[in-house]
Amino acid sequence: MADANRSTPPEGEVSRRDFLKTSAVLASGMAALAASLAPLRDLKDYTSVEKFLQKHYKEMTPEEMQKVLERIAREVERQYHVRPRVRDYKPMDGVEFVYCLNLTRCIGCRKCVHACVAENNQSRNPEIQYIRVLKMPHGSLDLEKGDHNYAPESVPEKGFFYMPVQCQQCKNPPCVKVCPVKATWQEPDGVTVIDYDWCIGCRYCEAACPYFARRFNWTKPSIPKERLNADMSYLGNRPRRQGVMEKCHFCVQRTRQGKYPACLEVCPAGARKFGNVLDPESEVSYILRNKRVFIQLKEELGTSPRFFYYFDV
Amino acid sequence: MSSLTTKARNYLVFLWRCGRIAFVGDWRYYTWMGLLTIIILLGINAYAKQFVYGLITTGMSDQVSWGVYIANFTFMVGVAAAAAMLVIPVYIYNNKELHDLVIFGELLAVAAILMCLAFVTVDLGRPDRFWHLIPGVGKFNFPGSMLSWDVIVLNGYLLLNVHICGYLLYCRYNGRHPATWFYIPFVFVAIVWAVSIHTVTAFLYVGLGGRPFWNSSIVGPRFLASAFTAGPALIILALQVIRRYTDYRISDRALLTLRSIVQVSMLINVFLLANEIFKEFYTRTSHVASSQYLLFGLHGRHALVPWIWTAIAFNFISMGLLVLPLTKSLKFLNFACVLAIVGIWIEKGMGLVVPGFVPTPLGEIVEYSPSCNETLVCLGIWAFGLLCYTIFLRMAIPILQGRLSQAQGSETLREVYEPGAANAFAANPAPITDAVS
Repeated sequence: MADANRSTPPEGEVSRRDFLKTSAVLASGMAALAASLAPLRDLKDYTSVEKFLQKHYKEMTPEEMQKVLERIAREVERQYHVRPRVRDYKPMDGVEFVYCLNLTRCIGCRKCVHACVAENNQSRNPEIQYIRVLKMPHGSLDLEKGDHNYAPESVPEKGFFYMPVQCQQCKNPPCVKVCPVKATWQEPDGVTVIDYDWCIGCRYCEAACPYFARRFNWTKPSIPKERLNADMSYLGNRPRRQGVMEKCHFCVQRTRQGKYPACLEVCPAGARKFGNVLDPESEVSYILRNKRVFIQLKEELGTSPRFFYYFDV
Repeated sequence: MSSLTTKARNYLVFLWRCGRIAFVGDWRYYTWMGLLTIIILLGINAYAKQFVYGLITTGMSDQVSWGVYIANFTFMVGVAAAAAMLVIPVYIYNNKELHDLVIFGELLAVAAILMCLAFVTVDLGRPDRFWHLIPGVGKFNFPGSMLSWDVIVLNGYLLLNVHICGYLLYCRYNGRHPATWFYIPFVFVAIVWAVSIHTVTAFLYVGLGGRPFWNSSIVGPRFLASAFTAGPALIILALQVIRRYTDYRISDRALLTLRSIVQVSMLINVFLLANEIFKEFYTRTSHVASSQYLLFGLHGRHALVPWIWTAIAFNFISMGLLVLPLTKSLKFLNFACVLAIVGIWIEKGMGLVVPGFVPTPLGEIVEYSPSCNETLVCLGIWAFGLLCYTIFLRMAIPILQGRLSQAQGSETLREVYEPGAANAFAANPAPITDAVS
């Protein structure tokens, strides 16, 4: 313990040498920290006080929503030089949307995939698509036998059928159940939507979805200016931000105005049918009443999809 | 009123002294802490890149949407839960050997939980919106989401352990006996809570009906068995490091008590693994695909195969060693512990998280391997955890030894602070006695 005899100032007092030493260590530490944080200089437009404090969709008053919609319009205009029309379309009374897809007719052309991307302002780079078309061998519904990346000269190919899969708008959605912050929920018209400004990006819903319907913005989405769809809705197709989830929402910006979803309009085979299941006169009601076989994908999971596959029999 | 101010001042002095001692040590201490700081800075740098450019800097994809962050998180929850394996013998079975060591286990739990929180945070796409997760302030989906349960149990466990360790150390510092009612109830709550943190974390996975690999009731028990193997194994190693580099006495008998815990847990762990493998491969329903991918590869893709067989081999060798009397010798025990930790880290981490995503619910096979940036973030968090644990020990050991106490004036405190003093106790480590037969 020879060192203990060395003259050192009592606690609280600092010698000049110690002070310089401490300062030097502190300064180099701060410099190292600053250097390690250097990538943050590239951070633009990440958040603002207004965005940071924005309330959950369901807790905003109409006035607050109006302000947010205006802000979104300003941001879109600044980024894309297009003045968008951003609205918050509400579900219609007495409406529950249902989708029916005719597996006998689908030819696997993937026109629906691309119409969806164009309508819903999905990122082109990296590419985000809500619809995945599987090429299935004749006679099997085992999804593991499906080919996701088929690219023949022309479709359909003999011996195969095609099965497009998108969000099934489940009545018991596992994604809604697992979201820790209620950023995704089921609307009265049966559409499961996402508040892109509330999602924290934990991707638990993506793990929970049995249909591979959800997509994550792994980086800042990019859309060419001239491709932007300027008719936007808050819960629908407005451009998303980095780090949040998105998925098919039955084109709420169209369907809540009485139009068909983009994927249906573009389908050259007439394989897609969409409508209000609460209306007995609707086409989907007719199909569900009269077609002999229709399938809910992975029915055994108890998710009860509002998306039905049927055959012409 | 004035006594309250005195108390508050005493407490602040305590915190100040603890804080100050964390910056004092011999050259080995500075080298170790400097090394950890450099790794942490590299991790911060990698995370800053991820923060700016998004999670595209990782190896994850829409197909495999969780990776090493969540894998490490899962493993560390197990390490944190394992503190209970020190507490149970002491407070329920009155084990004397482990009594003074409980605090080291609990401090390890605190460091492990801090790592868990860091691993979850770096996995978020929008970390700026973390406040949405705060109960009462954000919009908390409780009790619906298992992730909201996890937020509660992890933070609760952190608070419990901080309270128990902090209170016991502060009492020792003040030279008074801790009031039983003020910590024993928390100790028992913490035991149940430790089981709950790992059960809830298992339920995160088990609750997903669309992922047959996880949607199995054996996942919870397997989590606990592996946690109670890897955690105490880690504590066995940590205690030996403490005894090597400080003059804190830790008996071999204490280590051997822990050995029997690791021994039994490892047997159960391997048994449960065998159960799962039998169920999957004997029935061979279409649900076997993920296990098939993990163990043998699927449709020519087999990124995880070498990993999982390494893990299984390590687990089996470790189990074999642990049941033999050979591991009563610390050299072999340490070897078995290292194998167990590495084996379980692979199995609970990559071996559990990634195959759950392969194939996807639509049958697509996309492989995952962590990117360089992602790995740096992980290393940074590991270094952060080690740094925290080192600091906690640096504060706790002098207090436990009575060298840092309220009674001591600044004159005697200097001995604790002085590098010379640190050298003095490092120079004559506790004699390593032979294994008790």
